[in-house]
Amino acid sequence: MNRLLLIGLLLIVAIAAPFFVYPVLLMTVLCFVIFASSFNLLLGYAGLLCFGHAMFFGTAAYITGYVLKTTPISIEIAILGGALFSAAIGYGVALVSVRRSGIQFAMITLAISQFIYFVLLQSEFTGGEDGMQRIPRNDLFGVIDVADNNAYYYVVLAFAVAAVALVYRIVHSPYGEVLKAIRDNEPRVESLGFRPERYKVLAITLSAGLAGLGGALKATVFQFATLTDVSWTVSGEVILMTLMGGLGTLVGPMVGAGLVIWMNDELSQFGEWSLIAQGAILLLVIIFFRRGVVGEVQNLVRLVRSR
Amino acid sequence: MSAIMDTAQIDTTSAQDYALETRDLGKSFAGFYAVKGVNLQVRRGSVHALIGPNGAGKTTCFNLLTKTLSPTTGKVFLEGRDITRLRTAQVAKLGLVRSFQISATFPHLTCLENVRVALQSDYGKSFRFWSPISAVSELNARAVELLERVGLANALDLTAAELSYGKKRALEIATTLALDPKVLLLDEPTAGMGHEDIEPITKMISEVSDGRTILIVEHNLSVVATLCERITVLQHGEVLTEGTYDEVANDPDVITAYMGGVDEL
Repeated sequence: MNRLLLIGLLLIVAIAAPFFVYPVLLMTVLCFVIFASSFNLLLGYAGLLCFGHAMFFGTAAYITGYVLKTTPISIEIAILGGALFSAAIGYGVALVSVRRSGIQFAMITLAISQFIYFVLLQSEFTGGEDGMQRIPRNDLFGVIDVADNNAYYYVVLAFAVAAVALVYRIVHSPYGEVLKAIRDNEPRVESLGFRPERYKVLAITLSAGLAGLGGALKATVFQFATLTDVSWTVSGEVILMTLMGGLGTLVGPMVGAGLVIWMNDELSQFGEWSLIAQGAILLLVIIFFRRGVVGEVQNLVRLVRSR
Repeated sequence: MSAIMDTAQIDTTSAQDYALETRDLGKSFAGFYAVKGVNLQVRRGSVHALIGPNGAGKTTCFNLLTKTLSPTTGKVFLEGRDITRLRTAQVAKLGLVRSFQISATFPHLTCLENVRVALQSDYGKSFRFWSPISAVSELNARAVELLERVGLANALDLTAAELSYGKKRALEIATTLALDPKVLLLDEPTAGMGHEDIEPITKMISEVSDGRTILIVEHNLSVVATLCERITVLQHGEVLTEGTYDEVANDPDVITAYMGGVDEL
């Protein structure tokens, strides 16, 4: 009951937020909430560290942008199309990488993401270094005009709520139970008659699709797609968000996404120094708050309750 | 003489009498044979032990049976069926399940979830990422029953990480039993345990052996004496002798092989 109340309260805050905060900033946070949640699904619940998660994020941004620029298809279908495309890439990446684990898995995903980066750089439809400019926001469902940022915020919010709900459902499903068991002890799961690779392939595909959803939304928010969204720095940023917020908790990546974006915003005035500050903060989190912000809070609550 | 008799036995005895059988099983690591020419026959419904001094090839042999390693030579049969080329997950489906030397639980899952994962193996809903967990709540009753059987009835919602060492072993056995295996391979079930834990675990194994075939790799010879009808002794990767506990314990070759272990025997 308490939890429902909390969710209700959060939703009210989210609905009222654009009246107090610049909606584009809020929408950016929501896109990264989806992105970080997808990353958390993979690392926190499947134990797979993907070092090139931006490839799913950025590719979907280009695909959705291209569809919107060249066709009159309504915006929600273009966004879902981008996400599906990333899921398909995720499936391909999974087939290549799933037999590896740990650092090898991280390196293979990094290599593939760099490959995709250069493919997108060379492709004509992406606009190369210039990026893909002036992506239109086609009407929602073909009828509702969402050109206004205040209106579009609610579309992005709906997608974000749906995405987080999906992650929650996956984590608390029969499949999620097996996935967590694989994370904890893969050889044991195999000895129980499962084929762990198949479950991991599904996890990577789902995670890639969700990451793509975040990227596709971001392209429609800013109305342009750039190579930055596919670059390894964004891959690194999503790791930072998830670790700072709290790995393996549902709320953690959301808090982390908010924190990192707010931090970047605040630190941007210091130019290059912002990266150094970011590194120092990550270091502090790893040394002192190993569970991340949300993880530490949960641990405190547990300690107090068990007294 | 005994070698001739062994060969004759392989040829004449119907494979159906053995739940698990190996023929000329061997494994070489870079030319060195850790296991060589092992013909092992485990009768259906028996509790069989595999013992031997350190480095005798017990663990390698065990890993060959569970498909963790693939053999260099020879074949493995489960209920007369050649399983030499099958994968771990496939032999598990056929009813051959192993336990692990280091306690193999899922530390972040609760006891109930630990067992339910195993029950999901045959339930056919394990890819349903869109269903709520209540889709498999039918399995809870069976999971609770299994946990009660190993004395974990009051630990259902504790995570495995919170359990003591002995209880983790009990949880592992409950998880393994969830598959209702025909053949159970136990890798040193009492390794690292204090005296207070050894007795209940031994009792538990003896209880679950009813209607099953069990092959145990075990160091603790009093456990072997209590549980096992037949014992195979390995040395230098080869079978030294096989027989009942008394036969094996009085075999001069075995006593020599164990040397320091004489007192223990």
